[in-house]
Amino acid sequence: MLKQIEGSQAVAEAVARCRPEVVCAYPISPQTHIVESLGRLVASGELRHCEFINVESEFAAMSVAIGASAAGARAYTATASQGLLFMAEAVFNASGLGLPIVMTVANRAIGAPINIWNDHSDSMALRDCGWIQLFAENNQEAVDLHVQAFRLAEELSLPVMVCMDGFILTHAVERVDLPTQDQVDAWLPPYEPRQVLDPADPVSIGAMVGPEAFMEVRYLAHYKQRQALDLIPEWATQFQQVFGRAAGGLVRAYRCEDAETVVVALGSILGTLKDTVDALREEGLRIGVLGLHCFRPWPAEAVRAALAHVGRVVVVEKSLAVGLGGIVSQNVRAAYPHSPDHVHTVIAGLGGRAITRASLAGMLRSAAGGTLGRLTFLDLDEGLVARALAREKAQRRTGPLAEALLRDVGVVAARPA
Amino acid sequence: MAYKPIRFYQTGTFTVGNRLLPEGQRSVQADMRRTNSLNSGHRACQGCGEALGARYALDAAMQATRNQLIAANATGCLEVFSTPYPETSWQIPWIHSLFGNAAAVATGIAAAMRAKGRPDVRVVAQGGDGGTTDIGIGCLSGMFERNDDVLYICYDNEAYMNTGVQRSSATPGAARTATTPADGGAAGNAFGQGKDMAAIALAHEIPYVATATVAELRDLEAKVRRAMEFRGARYIHILVPCPLGWGHASDATIRVARLATETGLFPVFEAEYGSVTRVSKIRRRVPVEEYLRTQQRFAHLFREPARTDLIERIQAAADRNIRRYALLDEAEAP
Repeated sequence: MLKQIEGSQAVAEAVARCRPEVVCAYPISPQTHIVESLGRLVASGELRHCEFINVESEFAAMSVAIGASAAGARAYTATASQGLLFMAEAVFNASGLGLPIVMTVANRAIGAPINIWNDHSDSMALRDCGWIQLFAENNQEAVDLHVQAFRLAEELSLPVMVCMDGFILTHAVERVDLPTQDQVDAWLPPYEPRQVLDPADPVSIGAMVGPEAFMEVRYLAHYKQRQALDLIPEWATQFQQVFGRAAGGLVRAYRCEDAETVVVALGSILGTLKDTVDALREEGLRIGVLGLHCFRPWPAEAVRAALAHVGRVVVVEKSLAVGLGGIVSQNVRAAYPHSPDHVHTVIAGLGGRAITRASLAGMLRSAAGGTLGRLTFLDLDEGLVARALAREKAQRRTGPLAEALLRDVGVVAARPA
Repeated sequence: MAYKPIRFYQTGTFTVGNRLLPEGQRSVQADMRRTNSLNSGHRACQGCGEALGARYALDAAMQATRNQLIAANATGCLEVFSTPYPETSWQIPWIHSLFGNAAAVATGIAAAMRAKGRPDVRVVAQGGDGGTTDIGIGCLSGMFERNDDVLYICYDNEAYMNTGVQRSSATPGAARTATTPADGGAAGNAFGQGKDMAAIALAHEIPYVATATVAELRDLEAKVRRAMEFRGARYIHILVPCPLGWGHASDATIRVARLATETGLFPVFEAEYGSVTRVSKIRRRVPVEEYLRTQQRFAHLFREPARTDLIERIQAAADRNIRRYALLDEAEAP
């Protein structure tokens, strides 16, 4: 069903068609529109047999989802940024207990300095929390990944995080083919939990586990995540048969066949990258794009196969491991079958800085020309950094750092175009 | 015909043969159908007030719900001593998630039961004072405010006992704990403003709030039964002495709990929708000193030079409770 719709509302419609039984809502930008929309669907009676609970924190949101899921209900929540960190303890707990909760993360920067705009710092901070992490390229895929996520979570008894870029996707109104209820019902069977709190068959869940079995519990979580590496591509094909369009999969290559350079990225930046690559191909550069649609489990084999013939890799990522560099690129280097020196890290778009085609094209030309460094911060205002460093050299009490930078920048709107 | 309840006094308590009572007043523990929700064989210390309170509370809740009960547990002594796998003491469906989220997990379970059309299945959340008054208060207050259909039971032993007796916000002034030492003239825990969790629950105007101690287990059972008659958020705060943390003999748990009520330090009452409906009167009022002297955690108050100033502050707190909750008949009130 084609509809001109905001990304958040489209995701809410898709989630509703997955028949969640408990939805926990706590507002945080840029996720809020999703739970608002679900609240309306419950209030209007369109989404029946669903408890919509306004909680007092993200920690409670995940905790309510844990209780609901352990009691055999299909549970969903959504969050972003500080909210994901605030619930972090419960996020680990949900995966440790093997509860198939689905959560949308509307990716947003983490403070301080406080910043509401998009990057991937939040999801990346929790990349090893035991949840499957899927990344949407556009709103169509965000919708489709949620429909896949519930089935994947319940099949493996593992929680799934669907990551979509905050504002860029959540607040973008575009054409989305929404799945019908019949399609989703054909795709997603009712939830049959492996463990459930049931007075007719009492079990204890969440006991202390010592050294005698803890490793094995962790290993099995790893083992199950690795199973997703087989299921995700298999189900991407199945999904196409039911819904008539491709979605998901581990990785997707664009114009990589004869590429000398391949740009690796995840999320909405893939669209801009494809446009840029199209333009650069006109200039004669042999360049392609490899989109990562699943980040955990890490699709090492798929990445290795996709990059086997490629002499240079550029990873464009919206997160920074402070003191190290790239996060995604560490993973790519480990999977790349050739010298890790040929994998370049480009940190871009932190805190919502626009990633323009012009900047990407310039960076990729220098990559093709062999002049791109191992670690690059795209469009870093080096003058601004130099001023701050000079101030710190000149005096001890320089005051609050971020505020000093803002003073240096001045009123953005007053700057010449 | 005028009805006068018979009181059988035995070493100062209401102990009475079960057969002499009408069926509704008999102890759940004396019922052949009792469920042993928290079964024997667990690893609690000898004389543990929490294990005793939990057994009575949950068996009463099971009886009230015709065994349709699910429990969510905060991290703490009760969680650790009850599930030394491969053994579990829980004969009821039970989940432990985290230290600070038992109330929210219980909310989730209750929501799942509503979504699945199982209103007969009821939910109890439980935690110690640390999991309730400190780290779990956010989730607990949220559960109260939404009036979720959960009975939350706090087993208050006035410190973090599971980690080795550290101070919590429920630790009384002057008490010695591992983080409020009484060495070298230090006076133990500082007198703060206190955190009266039952009063906080009361301020949410939830359907039912009660306090109880393990000294009056029949009263505790009755309160759990009463709590299960309501839908919505309910709170029972149970004082459970800890022989290890308080430094009293393991056979003194009941006596110490009784002294806490007879001094007025721990008022025992029931409330509905924000108003106190019943208080347990003090039958034999005792000065706080009698209570304090039973416990090593207050021993420093009685060494030379005795800290009569601090004992007086504690007595003042007890007197305030007695006035506030009218714990004495008017003639005897301070």
